[in-house]
Amino acid sequence: MSHTDSTKLKRSHEPVFWGLFGAGGMLTAFLTPVMILITGILVPLAIISPEALSYERVHGFATSWYGAAILLVLIALPLWHTLHRIFHGLHDIGVKRGRDWQQVICYGAAFAVSVFVFTLLLQML
Amino acid sequence: MNNPASKRKPYQRELPVDWWLKHAFYTKYMIREGTSIAITIYSCILAWGLLRLSQGPEAWQGWLDALQHPIAILFHIIALGLALYHTVTWFDLAPKAADIWLKGKKLDDKFIVIGHYAGFVLASLAALIIITL
Repeated sequence: MSHTDSTKLKRSHEPVFWGLFGAGGMLTAFLTPVMILITGILVPLAIISPEALSYERVHGFATSWYGAAILLVLIALPLWHTLHRIFHGLHDIGVKRGRDWQQVICYGAAFAVSVFVFTLLLQML
Repeated sequence: MNNPASKRKPYQRELPVDWWLKHAFYTKYMIREGTSIAITIYSCILAWGLLRLSQGPEAWQGWLDALQHPIAILFHIIALGLALYHTVTWFDLAPKAADIWLKGKKLDDKFIVIGHYAGFVLASLAALIIITL
C-alpha cells in the first residue's frame, strides 16, 4: 500500500493498549487463579500458615528490587487487560454516551492504580 | 448524532438490554467479559494491601484480618471461579494467536492448548511451593 500525503493514515494508539491487554490477559490466565487461591482463600482460612504472608516476609519481598518489580506486574498489569474489556463491554451493553470519556476513565483507572502501586513500592524501597 | 444542530435522523437499530441472555453463545461471551470486573476488584484489593503494608505491621495485620471476613472469603471463591473461566477461554483462543508451523505443517491446535494447561499447572504449583517454603 502506498499513501500520498493527502491520504496519510492517522496513527492509532490502539496497538499500545492492545499489547497491554494481551500481556495482562496472559498473566491473568496463568497466575491470577493461584494468586486468588493463596491470598483470598488458603491463607485467610489458615490452610496455608498465615506466616506465609507475615509482615516481615512480605515487606522484605516488596522492598527488594526484584520483589517490587514482580508485585508491580502482578497487581497492575491485569488491570490493563480488565479495563480494556470493561471499556468494550460498555459498548456491548449499549452505553452509548461519551465513548471518549469512557475510554479516558477506563484506561485512566488502570493508569492511576499502576502509578499508585509504583509510588508505594518506590517509597518503600 | 454528535452535532445537535443536525437534522439528520440516522436509523438506529434497537438493542434490548438483555440481548446477550437470549443465546447461550452470547451469554458465555458476556460472562467471559464479566470476569474482568471480579479481577479488577481483586487487583484493587491487592493494591490496597500494598498501601497497608507500607503503613507498618499493624496496618498489614488489619488487611490480613479483613480478608478473613466471610464476605471476603465468599468474594474470593466467586472470583476464583471467574478467573478460572477466563483462563479456560484464554487457552481456547490460544491456537488462534499462536500460529506455529513445524516442517511445513501447522502444529495441531490441541498441542498448543495442552501446552498452555501444562504451563498453567506448573506456574500454579510453583507459586504454591514458593509461598509455603
